[in-house]
Amino acid sequence: MPAERILLAGVNHKSTPLQIRELLALTDGYEEALKRLAGIPGCRECYLLSTCNRVEILLIVEPGVRLEDELVRFLFAGRVSAGKFNEYMYLYYDEEAVNHLFMVAASLDSMIIGEAQILGQLKEAYRYASRLHCTGPLLNRLLHKSFSVAKRVRSETGIGSSAVSISYAAVQLAKKIFGSLQDKKVLLVGAGEMAELAAEHLLGQGVDEVVVANRTLSRAVDLAERFNGKAVSLAELVLQLERVDIMISSTGASGIILKKEDVRPVMRLRRNKPLFLIDIAVPRDLDPELNDLENVFVYDIDDLTSVVELNKSEREKEAVKAARIVDEEVLKFQRWYKGMAVTPTIAALQKKAREICRFELDKTLPRLQGLSEKEQQSIEKMAGAIVSKMLYDPLLFLKKDSCKQDSNVKADMLRTIFGLGDDEQ
Amino acid sequence: MTQISYLLFQTVLAATFLSCAAYIVFFISRKKEVRTLARWILTLSGILQTCYILSRYWMTGYAPVTSQHETITFFAWASTWAYLSFRWRYTVKNFGTFVSLLIFILLVIAASVSRGTAPLAPALQSPWLPIHAGVSLVAYGFLALAFCGGLMYLLQEKELKTKRFGYFFSRLPSLEALDQLNSHCLTAGFLFLTLGIVTGTLWAHQAWGTYWQWDPKETWSLITWFIYLIQVHQRLTVGWRGKRAAVMAILGFCAVLFTLWGVTFLLGGAHSYAR
Repeated sequence: MPAERILLAGVNHKSTPLQIRELLALTDGYEEALKRLAGIPGCRECYLLSTCNRVEILLIVEPGVRLEDELVRFLFAGRVSAGKFNEYMYLYYDEEAVNHLFMVAASLDSMIIGEAQILGQLKEAYRYASRLHCTGPLLNRLLHKSFSVAKRVRSETGIGSSAVSISYAAVQLAKKIFGSLQDKKVLLVGAGEMAELAAEHLLGQGVDEVVVANRTLSRAVDLAERFNGKAVSLAELVLQLERVDIMISSTGASGIILKKEDVRPVMRLRRNKPLFLIDIAVPRDLDPELNDLENVFVYDIDDLTSVVELNKSEREKEAVKAARIVDEEVLKFQRWYKGMAVTPTIAALQKKAREICRFELDKTLPRLQGLSEKEQQSIEKMAGAIVSKMLYDPLLFLKKDSCKQDSNVKADMLRTIFGLGDDEQ
Repeated sequence: MTQISYLLFQTVLAATFLSCAAYIVFFISRKKEVRTLARWILTLSGILQTCYILSRYWMTGYAPVTSQHETITFFAWASTWAYLSFRWRYTVKNFGTFVSLLIFILLVIAASVSRGTAPLAPALQSPWLPIHAGVSLVAYGFLALAFCGGLMYLLQEKELKTKRFGYFFSRLPSLEALDQLNSHCLTAGFLFLTLGIVTGTLWAHQAWGTYWQWDPKETWSLITWFIYLIQVHQRLTVGWRGKRAAVMAILGFCAVLFTLWGVTFLLGGAHSYAR
């Protein structure tokens, strides 16, 4: 009998260039996409993660169903020319899928290895999926496990300690351009965890002022308060460029918000003082051609990688350690997953019952004096009968094949009710 | 005395070589002790250069800025002390590597031309000689620093623009520091260059009776001066900086070298004493 499969499909910064990822990123939120995904026949549980560096789908597929083509359609439909898919998309099954998920959660697959944001993004994606009841016992378990793997990797290796993130790379570059950041001004356009982190990091380096621009002014005011800066509206963007030195852009805009022609005259007004533009939005906010202007330096999220590569070797040693932890956890999960099947659950349940029975008998029988051999056997028989009668209904419930769909739920439920430990207990 | 002077120059050459080598080792290994060592040797070389120039003065009885050998040595001396004075005020990462290499090259050229002394040509027997030639060569010293800074700027800017971070990225200073260096060296160099031309015209008036006679050296000095004038002017008015300033510093220095050598060997003219 074929079992259900864990299937993971996706694109990330390693497999797919930014131009393509821009097209695939979910701009209309998780809900819509999750509903479409859950509607695919043969998909038992699903979960979806979309960040600026990756789009990943994790599915539990009904036995014997093949969903690969469906997924390709789901990911690329109408947005990328056919024939390129295989180049970009990766597919993992079962153990490999689990391994990949753990690697992602532990930030070992990140563009900036060890950055902490991915875990938050993973949790958020999971919240959406579970709220829409897209996840079931298997994915719930798997995702929770991935969170704890991430925590374990973080606490047992030094991978996060070098705190290398996009913001760190941005600061490093800013220093190569400006030397000291003491009297520099930062313009933060849009919001988002990574952008805010970068602004914070720059403030930590003694940046003079942070100006916040946002589509909604109230949001800008909130953020500005946090950075002790001032808020401006998005319409003032070009005007602000006259006086700031670093701009971090991360709006959710679907197109480019700053073009080469906008900035060229600004440079004259700035008396050619260097301008460092950081674009962490996907899709991109800034025209890549801006980089052709003299004294203007534009870095999008992929460019920042190359900076990060510079401080790689140290982290690589830690990454080896982290990968070992991931392998370990994958093995543990596999063990649990195999135990999820119905038969081992039955066996485990019966074994546990037998053990309790034996234990209690061994405790009680010696205290009962004057019992004949035959009487002892009767007591033992009675205890065994009580246990089997108690287990009869639960086992029947478990074995009943009527709604096969739920066998995992049932096994999981029984394991929980009867405290049938897995690897952890 | 000649013997001592000769030995002094050999020592200068050796010291500069060692300093340059140490700077290069520092550039590669980034060990701070090596840099300290390199700085001390370069300072020593600067002192020895001063001694050597004084010894030449002692031997010939006039300011040693006439022959090819003397001029280049003085050029190297000016670059060395311009760098050391600069270095004393603030540091630019790994600037010393580039400058010490340039100084070493200058000294090697000085070593390869005739070191003989000759009695001073009658036309040069004037108190204007040390002033005019000295001031001009000090200007060249500062402009040489601007040239090194310009090269470094272009290297670093290329890495930042193409986003391919290679060997130089972590070893070169920030663009801002290099641009500032360019601005400082240019200001000082331009000032001395102007002084050099002004003293030259005054001397010309005294010696030849005319302030300006479009001798090739004069013409090329003026061209060089204009290149730097444009740069200083543009920086002050519209804020030319960065890559453009770096390219101009390199172009300007090429003009300097041509004025110094090209004119003498290719064009001749009334200034061609120092063959």
